[in-house]
Amino acid sequence: MKYQPVIGLEVHVQLKTNTKIFCGCSTQFGASPNSQTCPVCLGLPGALPVLNKKVVEYAIKAGLATNCAISPRSIFARKNYFYPDLPKGYQISQYELPICVGGHLDIDGEWGTKRIGITRIHMEEDAGKLVHSDIPGLGGGSGVDLNRACTPLLEIVSEPDIRTADEAVAYLKKLHQIVVYLGICDGNMEEGSFRCDANVSVMPVGSDKFGTRTETKNVNSFRFVKQAIEHEIERQIELIEDGGKVIQETRLFDPNTGETRSMRGKEEAHDYRYFPDPDLVPLVISNDWVEDTRLSLPELPEAKFARYQSDLGLTPYDAEVLTATRELAEYFESCLTAGAQPKMAANWAMGEVTRGLNDAGLSISDCPVTPLQLVELLQLIEKGTVSGKIAKTVFDELWQNGGTAAKIVEEKGLVQVSDTGEIEKIIDEIMAANMGQVEEYRGGKDKVFGFFVGQVMRASKGKANPAVVNELLVKKLKG
Amino acid sequence: MELYELTIHEMNELLKARKVSSVEAVQSCLARIEATDTRVNAFITITGDEALKAAAAADQQIAAGNIHSLTGVPLALKDIFVTKGIRTTCASKMLDNYIPPYDSTSWLKLKDCGAVMLGKLNQDEFAMGSSCENSAYGPTRNPWNSECIPGGSSGGSAAAVAAQQAIATLGTDTGGSIRQPASHCGCVGLKPTYGRVSRYGVIAYASSLDQVGPVTRDVTDAAIMLGTVAGHDPLDSTSVAMPVPDYTRSLLSDVKGMKIALPKEYFIDGLDPDVQKAMDAAIETYRKLGAEIVEITLPHTDYAVACYYLIATAEASSNLARYEGVRFGHRAAEAKNLLEMFMKSRAEGFGAEVKRRIMLGTYALSSGYYDAYYLKAQKVRTLIMQDFLKAFEGVDVILTPVAPTPAFKIGEKTSDPLQMYLSDIFTIPVNLAGTCGISVPAGISQSGLPIGLQLIGRPFGEETIIRAAYAFEQATEWQKQKAKL
Repeated sequence: MKYQPVIGLEVHVQLKTNTKIFCGCSTQFGASPNSQTCPVCLGLPGALPVLNKKVVEYAIKAGLATNCAISPRSIFARKNYFYPDLPKGYQISQYELPICVGGHLDIDGEWGTKRIGITRIHMEEDAGKLVHSDIPGLGGGSGVDLNRACTPLLEIVSEPDIRTADEAVAYLKKLHQIVVYLGICDGNMEEGSFRCDANVSVMPVGSDKFGTRTETKNVNSFRFVKQAIEHEIERQIELIEDGGKVIQETRLFDPNTGETRSMRGKEEAHDYRYFPDPDLVPLVISNDWVEDTRLSLPELPEAKFARYQSDLGLTPYDAEVLTATRELAEYFESCLTAGAQPKMAANWAMGEVTRGLNDAGLSISDCPVTPLQLVELLQLIEKGTVSGKIAKTVFDELWQNGGTAAKIVEEKGLVQVSDTGEIEKIIDEIMAANMGQVEEYRGGKDKVFGFFVGQVMRASKGKANPAVVNELLVKKLKG
Repeated sequence: MELYELTIHEMNELLKARKVSSVEAVQSCLARIEATDTRVNAFITITGDEALKAAAAADQQIAAGNIHSLTGVPLALKDIFVTKGIRTTCASKMLDNYIPPYDSTSWLKLKDCGAVMLGKLNQDEFAMGSSCENSAYGPTRNPWNSECIPGGSSGGSAAAVAAQQAIATLGTDTGGSIRQPASHCGCVGLKPTYGRVSRYGVIAYASSLDQVGPVTRDVTDAAIMLGTVAGHDPLDSTSVAMPVPDYTRSLLSDVKGMKIALPKEYFIDGLDPDVQKAMDAAIETYRKLGAEIVEITLPHTDYAVACYYLIATAEASSNLARYEGVRFGHRAAEAKNLLEMFMKSRAEGFGAEVKRRIMLGTYALSSGYYDAYYLKAQKVRTLIMQDFLKAFEGVDVILTPVAPTPAFKIGEKTSDPLQMYLSDIFTIPVNLAGTCGISVPAGISQSGLPIGLQLIGRPFGEETIIRAAYAFEQATEWQKQKAKL
């Protein structure tokens, strides 16, 4: 029998606010345990939550960028369960009335363009974490670090519209790109700022009834998501083929084996006893707030991708590479603003600049060559002052020591020679010294032409204008 | 006259005139506590040394000419208000060793005025009870009759005022927990409108119902206390950003033309005859003062107690989940694993009534029962709220008894929780509606126990009920009756 997988994703996005969702504590990553806590995030008796407005603003942004409707009234609920890293014994989340509903994203790939529905986006607080190790003073026991408790999260829940692991990854990458573009998430998957739970089930092809699903928790890289989903599809099909039954359970992905495994020994019935949190009043969002936020949104990758092709005449490939991150796109656009030709700026941004950053392990925000410096260099190429080849030398110099392109060209004497008299003189000398080759060429051996070009360029220290060299060489060699 | 017998405004006069010092006032109260509290058991923690230090500081403040109505006045707080560096137990074994690292907003506001705290008062554990018998520190006794309960859950707050141990106290009222003990102890108890006073730092029982309020010797003191603790708190999202009026300006004995309503559902057959008599007399007093008495109906009153016990327990089951022995409070010894640690700590730390309510609430919220219980109760709550709002379209104040009977005997109702739950039958609707109510002394039963009168106002109508209560107080002698200890 043929099987059809059905996949839905729940993505947790940690928001890049300075303070936590319900108190004023810092959200900085990596501080010493429990140094960023207060009565509210510690869940001490008597403490009360107060909503961070920035979190709401970020949630509205995420909603607008994913084509959701923003609810004029939404409600925080308590999700009750016991765990030592959950200080209050409940997590404040949204349940029945979330802030964003009914959106979608279009993903492109070998399948063409496909629309993935977004059921909802809601705001919630994170829990703390347990530390199991030989911490001094703990006597070999476990410790609770509540620095992360109460940090703001968005949970973005997709419809079960995804059918393959590749679609899942395309959807995730798109979502990741959007939240990073919006500046609401640092996108750091290793630190868990962007992580995903994958709901996977399989059903016979042609069936309209979904199979029993499993939920694989907290997968934190695109590669792992692909592996986890593929493994889960395979496992479920094998199980059914062998006459078994998929049980609804929570599973973990093990990056070492590339497999998923059951997180809990037996099926566990959870009753979270959700109810509206009486400590927080209903969240009312005015239309003005939504519209102001809409105006503050940056141009999103999809729109940029389209514009780069239609307005700037770039190829789909170039447009995709340049819009991959907001920073690269901004670098590129700064070059245009400074007067560069789009295609040339694109080539350099994708070529020398990206290469240099990769080699140095830098991010584009730390690029030593500014758009202004680069554009000056590009203009020297356009004017014919330097060749493309020499320009790369100049670029390296800019990268290493700074300065301006014009100054480097002048100081190092790198100005391109287009003077026919000067070039002719060099050609004559080289022909005189290599009469054998001249004869060969004249005897019909065209390949020797390259030898002469090389000799002339070497003699001119690369400064001779290649176009002029070619033209004169042909004339002279043919006699 | 001893200093501990004074009201806030009387003491303020003496302090202002420099006839007495705050240190003398505090010493007087501490001596009174020492002399009486073995019989009353109003205090869980007495902070004598800190109080004397604070009194000395208040005296300096007064000497510098900087005096507020409460500067130097010895007060005490229900042990539900967290106090920085001072043990706060909520009358539970669970928090026996708990020392909070921060202050509740209400206490901070009092402290900022220079008020002095004598200590922390007994109560029903986590404010769950109507008699002040459910405390890990033993029951508080009614100063009027030590065989009787003082009422709950702010029983310590009312008993300390009635026993003249503290000049005034703060309590909390979730279903009548200020008004009912104030009534049983012959004090004035005020439950403000929900959102009028910050709940920050008040250990939560039922968040949508809890409200902070004063227990005092007279209406004037209630106005002073409310004016001090009321107001918006950025740390409590449910506190309302409305200006705080000067409530002492409502202290007028004039109620001419005021429309006072009697809800027929509150004057039922079977009401204790002494209570009925006191109500009749009070109505007559208001008539003489020129108020217009009308009858109204609050049709959903019958459902209030059931509705309250679903909503309050549901919220409590969640609010009390944090007591599991991980970060603070009681932790069971020798648990073999995590789950056992949670379960044992809670089994050992909580008393029977708290456990009963956690179980009720957990059940009411659980899947499959949520719609039938919690959601239905919320709908009933809306109807009760609407009853009141509709009534207030035509009247200024609603007059009812505070409790169906005067204080009952200790142990009399402990074996029958449902009987106990009915003690708050006349106060609970006010909490569900989120509006305000005040309890004022209105009589003495044949057995010599105080009887209170409840005046209910529209939301944020504290000025009106204070005015009506003050007029009554001025026209009668009940407030002058004291417990003989």
